[in-house]
Amino acid sequence: MIRIEARPQPSAVMAYATPVLAVVLTMIFGGILFAVLGKDPLQAIATIFWEPIFGEFAFFYRPQLLIKGAPLVLIAIGLALGFRAGIWNIGAEGQYIVGAICGAGAGLAFFPTESVLIFPFMVLAGALGGWAWAMIPAVLKVKFGTNEILVSLMLVYVAEQLLASMSLGLLKNPEGFGFPGSRNLQQYPSAHNAEIIAGTGMHWGVVAALIAVIFAYVLLTRHRLGFAIRVTGEAPRAAKFGGVNPGRLVLFCLGMSGLLAGLAGMFEVAGPSGQISIDFNVGYGFTAIIVAFLGRLNPLGIVAAGLLMALTYIGGDIAQSQLGLPAAAIQVFQGMLLFFLLALDVLTNYRVRVGRAEVA
Amino acid sequence: MKFTTLMASAALALGLAGGAYADGHEKTKVGFVYVGPVGDGGWTYEHDQGRLAVEEEFGDAVETVFVENVAEGPDSERVMTQMALDGADLIFTTSFGYMDPTNNVAAKFPDVKFEHATGYKRLHPNVSTYSARFYEGRAIQGHIAGKMTKTNTIGYIGSFPIPEVIRGINSAYIHAKKVNPDVEFKIIWVYTWFDPAKEADAAKTLIDQGADVVLQHTDSTAPQAAAQEAGGVVTFGQASDMGQYAPFPRVSSIIDDWAPYYIARTRAVMDGTWESKDTWDGIGAGMVGIGEISDAVPAEVREEALAMKAALADGSYHAFTGPLNKQDGSPFLADGETADDGTLAGMNFYVEGIEGDIPQ
Repeated sequence: MIRIEARPQPSAVMAYATPVLAVVLTMIFGGILFAVLGKDPLQAIATIFWEPIFGEFAFFYRPQLLIKGAPLVLIAIGLALGFRAGIWNIGAEGQYIVGAICGAGAGLAFFPTESVLIFPFMVLAGALGGWAWAMIPAVLKVKFGTNEILVSLMLVYVAEQLLASMSLGLLKNPEGFGFPGSRNLQQYPSAHNAEIIAGTGMHWGVVAALIAVIFAYVLLTRHRLGFAIRVTGEAPRAAKFGGVNPGRLVLFCLGMSGLLAGLAGMFEVAGPSGQISIDFNVGYGFTAIIVAFLGRLNPLGIVAAGLLMALTYIGGDIAQSQLGLPAAAIQVFQGMLLFFLLALDVLTNYRVRVGRAEVA
Repeated sequence: MKFTTLMASAALALGLAGGAYADGHEKTKVGFVYVGPVGDGGWTYEHDQGRLAVEEEFGDAVETVFVENVAEGPDSERVMTQMALDGADLIFTTSFGYMDPTNNVAAKFPDVKFEHATGYKRLHPNVSTYSARFYEGRAIQGHIAGKMTKTNTIGYIGSFPIPEVIRGINSAYIHAKKVNPDVEFKIIWVYTWFDPAKEADAAKTLIDQGADVVLQHTDSTAPQAAAQEAGGVVTFGQASDMGQYAPFPRVSSIIDDWAPYYIARTRAVMDGTWESKDTWDGIGAGMVGIGEISDAVPAEVREEALAMKAALADGSYHAFTGPLNKQDGSPFLADGETADDGTLAGMNFYVEGIEGDIPQ
């Protein structure tokens, strides 16, 4: 008989080593998968992890890492705050969409007026939109005790319908010959979230992500509110006795993660993406959940995890094109990463016992 | 240094900017960017069949690469750039949402040719656009549907209310009405191109409402399966032949056949005769195929359908020929007048007789 039992003292070293081990195991088993598919495993792994950073065209891919990683980090930082307190916002994708709609709408309302005030106004609108969308599950939880996992997740699908409606109606480009999709904000200078230094990939969303990381780090390590978040997650009863107001914490954590997800959507629509379209969202809100856990819910870890996920996406596409690997194999590869991380976490916190259970 | 000059100088240094053969690479490299998986059995599958036809036609003289499941927006822009950096001479981008990214990348790589499917923007001399006159196939479908229905109710699964889809609905309705004045269309919008579950639900709802013919502008075979289960309901294959449901419920199909176009354009790049243009081909040029009309259709109806196919192919008949009114009763086409391509491309109204509103 095989049982697992909790380790009395989980190893602190292992807690930090597991992400690295998970990456190594993913490379090994991913390599086997690629070999079974008839590709050179070393070449495939090198294409995914080496090519974008040090390859021939690294000057192009390195900035792309920032573009792909920034929204992941921005969203994951917000999610991590809630996850630490045991507040599960699974609907960041929806908040990302609403933030983008509000941000783009705020900019397009002034088209074609040019003013330096338009972009800050869009940032505000995007943040507010994401915040408001996250407040729906937050208020419902506080007032009626609903499950925030379900409500926030279901609101993603509502947001997707809203996005389709906006692309086909209110925000549709009047000069688009009836095709869906808004005007392209890249062609509207006042609203364009352009690269701050051309060719670096450094747009305002990247800056916002860095600010969010610092802010979250200080909050969690130096601020009373951060302490309340950590205590609530680790010992909810102790937190209650310690005077933490759980309702207020729910409002703060969901609101903050919604706000950051909304900002991510706004920076994306105004910059790299350029327009509101039916298929604007590409799953950043869900991938950010992986990023948050891969980064150990730690702001600095999340930066590393976000860049790593971005790397597997970019390298994965290169591997598809250069080596003919199917997209599904790349997705399995990314899935392995989370699988091994969770499996190793279990083994860090529990040990496997083989043999009969002792009679207590 | 500006990004474009950085790109150009990098390309020059690597000898990629000198056209197809100046750098000594002998094979013409053709890239394909796909929005779905190659195994979707519909839209992307048919584009990939076109790619394989190019390989077959030119053998060792070409090398093709593709990336599947590429999200519209910045991801597609990165994948196109990567293909161009890797030395592609010609890149086919096969989804409407790739329109702005295609033009952005084309600006950076003036010596690489770009072909964008279903769009209208050709901002640079190295961008062409192409699409198929699927509405010609819809006319034949409408004719068969009008003859086959006993309940005089035809169900239509719409994907998105965009000109492409509305054109198909109008074309099918006009020709169904012509042979069956009592015919009525019921339209359900599912807001997706490919979602078997939603498509099956829509088909069942339409069948429950009395439809005994179900037309679809979505790519899965789920409506075919739903029709088979219900029994006595006629369907048509979409994008792909869907021959596994023949001879009944699938009585015919509209097939996207990109192979002739892809071969012609690849040859033009090899010959150095490629130039920017807009192509909108139909049955005549072989871009739209009509799948075999099965024995479930009475012989005389099949004869009529094939006659219409021949007339559409040689141009003696246009699917939008007056007299026709718009839904609100205002005149659309006078007696004998045919619709011009501009009107068709931006079609955003129903013709007279169709009930309901186009969602905004």
